[in-house]
Amino acid sequence: MISGLLKLWLPLLWLLAVLVTALFAPQLGIRDPAAMDFIALSAPPSEDHWLGTDVLGRDLLARVAYGARVSLTVGFVAPLVGLLIGVWLGMLAGYYRGWLESVVVVAIDTLLALPGLVVLLLFALTFGGSLMNVSISLGILFIPVFTRIARANTLVYAEREFVLAARAMGARDFYILSREILPNVILPVIAYALVAVATAIVAEGALSFLGLSVPSPSPSWGGTIAEGREQLEEAPHISVVPALVMFLTVLSFNLVGDTLRARLADVRESAI
Amino acid sequence: MSGVLYVASLRAHFHTPKGVVHAIDGVSLDIAPGRALGLVGESGCGKSVFARTVMGLLPSYARILPGSELRFQGQDLLALPARQRRALCGPEMAMIFQDPMTSLNPVMRIGDQIMEGMRFHLGTPKSEARARALELLTEVGIPQAEQRLRQYPHQLSGGMRQRVAISIALACEPTLLIADEPTTALDVTVQAGILDLLQREQRARHMSLILITHDLGVVAGRCDEVAVMYAGNIVEHADTAALFARTRMPYTQALLDSIPKLEQPPHQRLNSIGGRPPQLINPPDGCRFAPRCQYADAQCREALPPFIKDIYAGDVYDGDVSGGDACGGQVHGYACWRPLNSAPASANS
Repeated sequence: MISGLLKLWLPLLWLLAVLVTALFAPQLGIRDPAAMDFIALSAPPSEDHWLGTDVLGRDLLARVAYGARVSLTVGFVAPLVGLLIGVWLGMLAGYYRGWLESVVVVAIDTLLALPGLVVLLLFALTFGGSLMNVSISLGILFIPVFTRIARANTLVYAEREFVLAARAMGARDFYILSREILPNVILPVIAYALVAVATAIVAEGALSFLGLSVPSPSPSWGGTIAEGREQLEEAPHISVVPALVMFLTVLSFNLVGDTLRARLADVRESAI
Repeated sequence: MSGVLYVASLRAHFHTPKGVVHAIDGVSLDIAPGRALGLVGESGCGKSVFARTVMGLLPSYARILPGSELRFQGQDLLALPARQRRALCGPEMAMIFQDPMTSLNPVMRIGDQIMEGMRFHLGTPKSEARARALELLTEVGIPQAEQRLRQYPHQLSGGMRQRVAISIALACEPTLLIADEPTTALDVTVQAGILDLLQREQRARHMSLILITHDLGVVAGRCDEVAVMYAGNIVEHADTAALFARTRMPYTQALLDSIPKLEQPPHQRLNSIGGRPPQLINPPDGCRFAPRCQYADAQCREALPPFIKDIYAGDVYDGDVSGGDACGGQVHGYACWRPLNSAPASANS
C-alpha cells in the first residue's frame, strides 16, 4: 500500500502537477517568465515570488513552469522518434533475420559506439539549437536501444506457434508483424519508453546548461541552472529550484516506468 | 489422384551448418475426401515437417527436392505462387498445433482470433463473423461462449485453449485439417475429449483429417487409415483395422508392443524399442530401422527396401482373406525386406 503510494501514485501526482503547470501557466496566473522585477534581484522565496527570482529578477516559478514546456516536449518527442524508427527496424531484423539483421545490428552498434554528447553538440552547432532539432537529434540517439528491445522480443515471439498458426491461416508477413508480433513487442517497449523520457529530460538539461538547446532568453531548466551558477554562494536557490524540479520529474518517470515494468512482468507470467 | 491431398516421392531437406538433414525422404500418400489418416511415429521422424510442408510453412533453410509431388485437389502446390498458396491456407486447409499455450496470441482476445480468418479470407462482415465465432465456440464445447469471446488466452485452461484453436482452424470450413499432436501438451483427462471433438467435427463436416501423433492408441479408434513414419519415410500404410490385424513392418510391431497392457502384472518393465532413431544427416544405408530391428540381416543393412503395396485379395494372402475382416480389396503398403508374416499379429487383441 505504502510502496504503491511511493512508487506509483505520488510520482504520478507530481508529473500531473508539472504537466498542468506547464500547459496552463498563463491561466494559473503565473507571471511572464521574461518580466524582470528590478526591486527583487536574486531574491529568496517570498510571498511575491514563491520560488524567488533569478539574477535578473525574473520569477523562478515562471521560469520553471515555462521551462517545463521545453523539457517535456523534448522528453516526449525524442523517445517517440527513437521508438517509431527503432521498433520497426528491430522487428524487421528479428523477423526476417539474415542479411537485414546483420545490417541493422551493425548500424545500431555503430550508433551506440558514437559518443552521445559529441553527436548532440555537433548536431546543435550545425543545425542550431531549436526545440525540434534537439528533439530529433536526441531521438536518433534513442534508436539503438529501441531497436534492441524490439529485436530481442521479436526473436522470442516469432518462434511462438501463434505466428506459425497465423501463417497457417494464410497471413502475410506485414499482417503478422503488425497484428501478431507488434502488440506483444510494444509492451516492454512502452515500459522502457518512460525511462527514456527521463533520460531525454536529463540530456536536454545538460544541453541547455551548455547553451546548446533553446536559445537563452526562452526559459529552460538546464539554462536556469546554468544562470544561477555565478551566484551559487549568495543565492543558491536560483540553481537549486530548477534542479530540484528536474530531479523530482526524472525520478517520477523512472519510478512509474519501473512499477509498470514490474506489473507487466506479472501479467506476462500469468499469460504464459 | 482423386484424393484431396496427393503426395508422391516428397523429399524435404534442411541445410544446416552440420550438414544436410534428410527430414522427409520420399513420402507418398493419398488422402480421399472425408477420410481420417493417422500419421504415427517417434519424435523426430518427420511427422511435423511433413505437416508443415503441406501447409507451406517450412523455414527458409528447407529445400523441397525436384521430383517431389504435392497436389491439393489437383492443384500443384509446389508450383503455386505464394499469394495463391496463402489463399488456400484457412479456407481450404487448416492446422492445429501441439501446444495451445503458445499457439494463441497472448495479447489478442479469443473472439478476434477466431474472427480474423473469416474476415480476412471470406470478407465476412464483423457482426456475422462474431455470430459465427459464438456458434463455433459453443460447438467445440466452450460454455458461456459470449463471455469467452472477450477473454484473453491466459484466462482459459489448456483444454479450453485447444478447443479455441480448433474453432479457429474450423472457422473458414477447411477441406483438409491437419492436427499436429493436438493432445500431447494436454492433461490426460482432457485428451479424449479433444480427440472426440476432432473426430465429431471431421465426420460432421466431411473433412479430410491428418492426425499426427506418437500414440498408436490415439489413432486406433479414430482414424480410417494409419501411416507409420520412420526417419523421414513412410514404412507402413494401411487401413487401421488391417494395420493392427496384420502388422507387416517390424517397427510398427515394436510400437504396438511398447503400449502397456492392462493384463500385464504390475511393476513389470515396460517394453521399449532399443536404440534411438537414426541421425537424419547422412542416414545409414539400407533400411533405416535395421540397426534397431531384431529381424534385420545383411540385405536390410545394405539396400533400402522398396515400398511394396499388397492387395489383400491378391497373391500375398492367398485367399485366406475370405475369413478376415472388412479389409478385402484394400491396399496394405510397407517398406521391409523381412515383413512379418501374414498371420494376425499376436500382440494385438
